[in-house]
Amino acid sequence: MNRNPLTVSVNGAEHVLSVPGDRRLLDLLRDELGLMGVREGCGVGACGTCTVLLDGVPVNACLTLAVTTRGRSVTTIEGLARDGELHPVQQAFLEERGFQCGFCTPGMILTAVGLLRENPSPTVEEVTDYLGGNLCRCAGYPDMIRAVLRGAERCREAGGRPSATPEGPEAARLRAMGKGEEG
Amino acid sequence: MADGRKQEFAVVGKSVPRVDGPPKVTGTPIYTVDMERPGMLHAAILRSTVPHGRIRRVDKSRAEQAEGVVLVVTGEDLKTMPGIDPYFGPAFRDQAILAIDKVRYIGDPIAAVVATRRELAYEALDLIDVEYEELPPVLDPVEAARPGSPLVHEQLRPAKAFADLAEIEPGKATNVCYHFKLRRGDVEQGFAQSAHVFEDWYYSPPAQHMMMEPHAALAWVDSDGVLTVITGSQSPSYVKGSLGAIFGLPQNKVRVMVPLVGGAYGGKLYDKLEPLASLLTFMARRPVKIQLTREEVFITITKHGVVSHVRTGVSQDGKILARKVEVYWDTGAYADIAPRVVHKSGYTSAGAYRVPNIWIDSYCVYTNKPPAGAFRGFGVPQVVWALESQMDMIAEKLGRDPLQFRLENVLLEGDLFATGTPVHSAGLKESLEAVAREIKWEPGVRKAVKPGTKSGVARAKGVACGIKAVITPSISGAIVVMNNDASVNVLTSTVEMGQGSDTALSQIAAEELGVRLQDVRVMHPDTAVTPYDTITAGSRSTYHMGNAIRLAAQEVKRQLFETASDRLEVDPDQLVARDGRIFVAEAPTRGLPIPEVFQARFGARGATLQGQAVFKTYAAPMDHETGQSEKVTEYWFPGATAAEVEVDLETGKVRVVKLVEACDVGRAINPHHCEQQIIGSALISLGQTLFEQMILENGELLNPTLLDYKVLTLKDVPESAVPIVIEVPHKDGPFGAKGVGETGTLSVSAAIGNAVYRATGVRVKELPITPEKVLRGLRAGQ
Repeated sequence: MNRNPLTVSVNGAEHVLSVPGDRRLLDLLRDELGLMGVREGCGVGACGTCTVLLDGVPVNACLTLAVTTRGRSVTTIEGLARDGELHPVQQAFLEERGFQCGFCTPGMILTAVGLLRENPSPTVEEVTDYLGGNLCRCAGYPDMIRAVLRGAERCREAGGRPSATPEGPEAARLRAMGKGEEG
Repeated sequence: MADGRKQEFAVVGKSVPRVDGPPKVTGTPIYTVDMERPGMLHAAILRSTVPHGRIRRVDKSRAEQAEGVVLVVTGEDLKTMPGIDPYFGPAFRDQAILAIDKVRYIGDPIAAVVATRRELAYEALDLIDVEYEELPPVLDPVEAARPGSPLVHEQLRPAKAFADLAEIEPGKATNVCYHFKLRRGDVEQGFAQSAHVFEDWYYSPPAQHMMMEPHAALAWVDSDGVLTVITGSQSPSYVKGSLGAIFGLPQNKVRVMVPLVGGAYGGKLYDKLEPLASLLTFMARRPVKIQLTREEVFITITKHGVVSHVRTGVSQDGKILARKVEVYWDTGAYADIAPRVVHKSGYTSAGAYRVPNIWIDSYCVYTNKPPAGAFRGFGVPQVVWALESQMDMIAEKLGRDPLQFRLENVLLEGDLFATGTPVHSAGLKESLEAVAREIKWEPGVRKAVKPGTKSGVARAKGVACGIKAVITPSISGAIVVMNNDASVNVLTSTVEMGQGSDTALSQIAAEELGVRLQDVRVMHPDTAVTPYDTITAGSRSTYHMGNAIRLAAQEVKRQLFETASDRLEVDPDQLVARDGRIFVAEAPTRGLPIPEVFQARFGARGATLQGQAVFKTYAAPMDHETGQSEKVTEYWFPGATAAEVEVDLETGKVRVVKLVEACDVGRAINPHHCEQQIIGSALISLGQTLFEQMILENGELLNPTLLDYKVLTLKDVPESAVPIVIEVPHKDGPFGAKGVGETGTLSVSAAIGNAVYRATGVRVKELPITPEKVLRGLRAGQ
């Protein structure tokens, strides 16, 4: 298959790449950029494990073609901590033990960051709604709900937005299409 | 009580943060699926499309010519390979690396393609032609158990891999590969004396483990001829032994390593992809990785579908006089560990109560369906579903409060279990009382449908309890290495798969050695250096590995005390280890920091002290005809559930509003971990109660993706989900601890089923409790 030029910002660094049109964002991030925190759970967009932020909005990397990220900004779990300091949501997941086996954790944390970008003070129902597409088979869900609420609190205390990723031009459109199902 | 004693401990009994937290929230752990090796090839598996058939011919010639394909291997090739015994299995060696002559389920591996890229290997599968001679499939376990049913396996070879399965012998010309019997008292006389006799059939469907990390294995042969396998396995020691047997290798030429595992729940035990990955790396002479797709995970191993028939006789004053239980376990095409499931869940099939007359027949039955094996709870949830549903039916008939009826009959300390074993440290009563308190149980028989807060909604509470026994005998080995800076490496083959063993075992080592938690590092399994461990499963690691680590740490401490006693001029037995120092118990200022003890003993930088221990449990022999044994298990783990449900009377949909789960853990090494395990396992069971099921038609799985197979999500979590840690310390447990990984699974389904009945009058006997079944029941009742 023909390769396509692709310039994309991943975790704040610009990458100039050449990718086949059918390359999934998931494979690009893992195989070419070595970002192994992006994990595949089902490959059909039904488990949320591979969630990354595209212009700040959660998307399933297994359903997103790499070429569609041209000129956009991708954040993976590796890009959340800044200067060795955990993102407030990561810190909250750590404190509330919102993880067990850890396989779904990156997708869960990134989806939570996406939620807090849209809604800095979510209710429990808004948390479970937004994160309802992220499966955790250890069922550490109650800890996760607490972690997201605590993360929201920490983000508000910090007075900043939950992610440093710039609000991209696509973000509003994607949000309008509905959370996490685009791509 | 527990609090007072906890003060004695520095690290144990405290909810210290998980040691695996920082890597897990930053996404840095490397799982098996992330592993690579220079020159690595990828394999894909061609699977049977018929449930039962003879393989007439497999034509692989076109696939061999395909782009990127390095080799294609079939079961036929295995027959002629010198030095390979291609059969494996922990109970019976009934499964071949690739099907030989016969296929036994839709999904049975027939051939493997090795290629340079994973997608090329999968693409080449389409180029293999298979011709079958189809045979009549057996699909119903009760039918399959009847004489004259078509045979799934013509012959069986016992594996002799585990002491507790050593005496299993298969029947001849039958699909019943194991039959567990328990006979106690005179069951017919018990029924004759009963005022009421209850008789019901119950069903629990097959389900999927759905661990988020799929099965994967990476194998290669080192330059010195060592077969090395990285695999997300719960049983590295077993896999080492099994690969040695298959390939005729000495045990020091097989090395199995297990990194962090992304969930398992019983689905990554024993041989899974390791034999095939090993075969392929030997043939390709390059590293080979196999990673299953989600659809393949679905048919690799499952939770047993179970049909139970329960007959119970009770006196008018509410004593259980007799119980006869018949259980059919649908184990699919290969037995995997099913005989152990059937044995262990078999002897708990009379429940958690005092019953003088018991008769149990538990049948492990082959069918032409995906294999069933261990699943969190190990068969007990399926049995408890039946028993505890019927307990409520009995209570209602007797006009008794179901909680009170249970409390009056439940096993107490010293009571005899169905096996004739006295019960020790089994906080059943405590667990039942705790959940009743938390849910604000309103005593009484079932009341008429009580409208809830919303119109068209009925609301009620239900309760249930269950008990499971830990696998006995079993073995855990540990090596504790202390470095001269007082930091510690703990070498064990316990697998960290999310349950928090790295943290709990670190706590036990730190407590025993008197060092800080952060000084301890638990190493992950590498059979070249970590000692034997039976399995990481069955809620056994805290107790068994905890004891092994304690003993090994005591050996390290003995050596530290030996040196310190010379220096301090006191007897070693006057010394204690705490806060990184060895000091005189009566005069704490007289002491030495551990590094100084090392300096005194070795005077060498980098010196280490080692202690090693093997902890082994014993069971008293069990009579094969009666299932009686003075000691059938090392410990019991009991639990109880209370659920409050809302049933929509228009749609039949059940919503669990509040779920309370109490489990007796012996002693909580890390209370928060225990809560995570308790509520996590209870929530998984909630999903299996309300919607999870593998739907098969003519042996074909109709819902093999996460789009079709509904599992519990955040949106299904009850508004209130309360874990309760009950502590009835075990006399031989490390600091009194037992296990907790599965206890929360035992009685959730029955508690919900009972609540649904109390809300609506609809008794569902076949899981899951779908809106359709409830609605049908409501309409039938009108």
